[in-house]
Amino acid sequence: MKIFNFHLMPYRHADLDAIERNGSAWVTYSNRDYEPAKGAGLYHEYLDQMEHADRLGFDGVCLNEHHQTAYGMMPIPGVLAGALARSVKRAKLAILGRALPLLNNPLMVAEEYAMLDNLTHGRFIAGFVRGIGAEYHAMGINPAHSQDRFAEAHDLIVRAWTEPGPFQYVGKHYHFNYVNPWPRPYQSPHPPIWIPSQGSASTIRWAAQMRYTYCQTLSPIAVVARFFQLYRDEAEKAGYQASPDQLAWSNTVYVADTDEKAMREARPHLEALTNRFLKMPTEMLLPPGYSNIDSIKRIRAVKITGKPQTIDDLVKNGVVIVGSPSTVREKLAEYQDLAGFNTSLTKTQFGTLPDDMTRANMVAIAEEVIPHFRDRVPQKSQRAAAE
Amino acid sequence: MDDVSSQQIAVRGCNIAVRRSGNGRPMLMLHGAGDSGLWLPSMTELAARHDVIVPEHPGYGFSDTPAWLDTIADLANFYLDLLDQLDLTGVDLVGHGLGGWIAAELAVRNTHRLASLTLVGASGIHVKGIAQLDSFLRTDEQRIRDLFHDPAHAEPLLARLRRPECEDVGLKNLTTTARLVWQPRGYDPHLHKWLHRIDVPVLLVWGAHDRLVPADYAAAWQKLVPDAKLVVIPDCGHLPHVEQPQAYAAAIRGFLQGTRAAA
Repeated sequence: MKIFNFHLMPYRHADLDAIERNGSAWVTYSNRDYEPAKGAGLYHEYLDQMEHADRLGFDGVCLNEHHQTAYGMMPIPGVLAGALARSVKRAKLAILGRALPLLNNPLMVAEEYAMLDNLTHGRFIAGFVRGIGAEYHAMGINPAHSQDRFAEAHDLIVRAWTEPGPFQYVGKHYHFNYVNPWPRPYQSPHPPIWIPSQGSASTIRWAAQMRYTYCQTLSPIAVVARFFQLYRDEAEKAGYQASPDQLAWSNTVYVADTDEKAMREARPHLEALTNRFLKMPTEMLLPPGYSNIDSIKRIRAVKITGKPQTIDDLVKNGVVIVGSPSTVREKLAEYQDLAGFNTSLTKTQFGTLPDDMTRANMVAIAEEVIPHFRDRVPQKSQRAAAE
Repeated sequence: MDDVSSQQIAVRGCNIAVRRSGNGRPMLMLHGAGDSGLWLPSMTELAARHDVIVPEHPGYGFSDTPAWLDTIADLANFYLDLLDQLDLTGVDLVGHGLGGWIAAELAVRNTHRLASLTLVGASGIHVKGIAQLDSFLRTDEQRIRDLFHDPAHAEPLLARLRRPECEDVGLKNLTTTARLVWQPRGYDPHLHKWLHRIDVPVLLVWGAHDRLVPADYAAAWQKLVPDAKLVVIPDCGHLPHVEQPQAYAAAIRGFLQGTRAAA
């Protein structure tokens, strides 16, 4: 298994009560509460952590893109990827991903990603996402065009990387007389494409058909297993057998000496992530047109954004892994076998977790977990028994 | 409430639901984002002297959602096709909210089949510095309450909202509205440049307490549209035809009598 250090880069000094009063850390939570001196400090703290992850032996570091939120301070992840491209010497560098439909010029992602691929001599991983619903409120992009724009931007970028330019591109949303980006990607034919999603069946099907690595965000492990099985089924329909390397689970791991200590230490920071930074009204999460009507009805019915979750719920449901080194190893192996993935996108910093605790967590994972998984692949017999 | 059942008609391959009742000169009424699929008492009142035609826009209610539907301008052109197909002339065109925007776009293009234009709480232009609600961050219930000055008027619509069979139509309507108005939010930055082309008499009807398209917008429309008359209805929100049906119908009747007398 490959274990990546995935950072959300939250503004961890946010006033959690102010977020609670506002109903969300997104879009309408005033940036009056952003203090530049603290924010600048956080950027450096988090970039230092990513460089530390590289030295500790994590297989990769991951950034992502969100807009107008204290949940994550990476509206332009390429800036941070640029900062890391030369200081992260060994690990892969992934942006998971840029939100293509938000862009009025997706050629700029073809350019940005090609630059990063060159800067890292081919250690770059190219993530593409639609962005969550809140992004469409924040960036003034019509959610009803989200799926169309994603498909069109993806096609344009891949063609820009693989077809000799210049050529003309005429779509419904994007139009270019000259598609001819310099540089071209370092990797051939292009950097690996990874597709993070909350579990949309159409996205899973498409990723499987395209043989792109599918990354499942923030879900109970039983749900993750179901989505990964859907991916394998869709791959089979497309005429091939999916490898576990094509499946990545995005999780949170916290390790301390004992289970009790790990739970006690992680609790406030993890609950801040889940119940404050992540929280938003349904109307913000699901603007009309972002998903088809059946999906919207399904999500509304489970009231996904309503209930506060405790760390006990998150651990019990296998959304996160928290515990002693042996507990974490056991759970991770169990989940790997259950769901059949070979990449763990692991948040070692989460919510309000301060630097010293994050670093201790990273060291514990690097020393007590990663070596045990380096050569481990999913045990199929276990999965078959579970199914 | 008197109901008039809807009929399906096809316009160049797009099926739409249309309610039609009354006798007299044709009056085409274009609904807004939040009042489709209703036959209202104010319509019955106007049907006493008019052939009142109330379509559900493509993308709304029981009408098709055609692949070509992206903008308000698409709907304006669609309704020009409808007027041709039904071969209507001397039409009194009435548009509410987003329907007012469609009506204005239509009239900018071609008034040959129109006798008059009435815009009721119409969106479509932007006035700087006037606070407007963000409907897309409101809950379904808030969105209905926002329409009215007197909260009692929201109750029948809220009761309808709670009927499970209305959920699909509600989501369909909201999705189409987002497609049409999300960005720029509720206006066409080019429309204001061409409103001088409207060469039929124009009436503006506004609720004094419209929270979605505040009455300041009525004044802006009046500056942009030549010789537009304005009637502001007291104790009224965004839907005068629902909240103040008598005052609304009287405003339209008075305006049309005036234009006929002048003609």
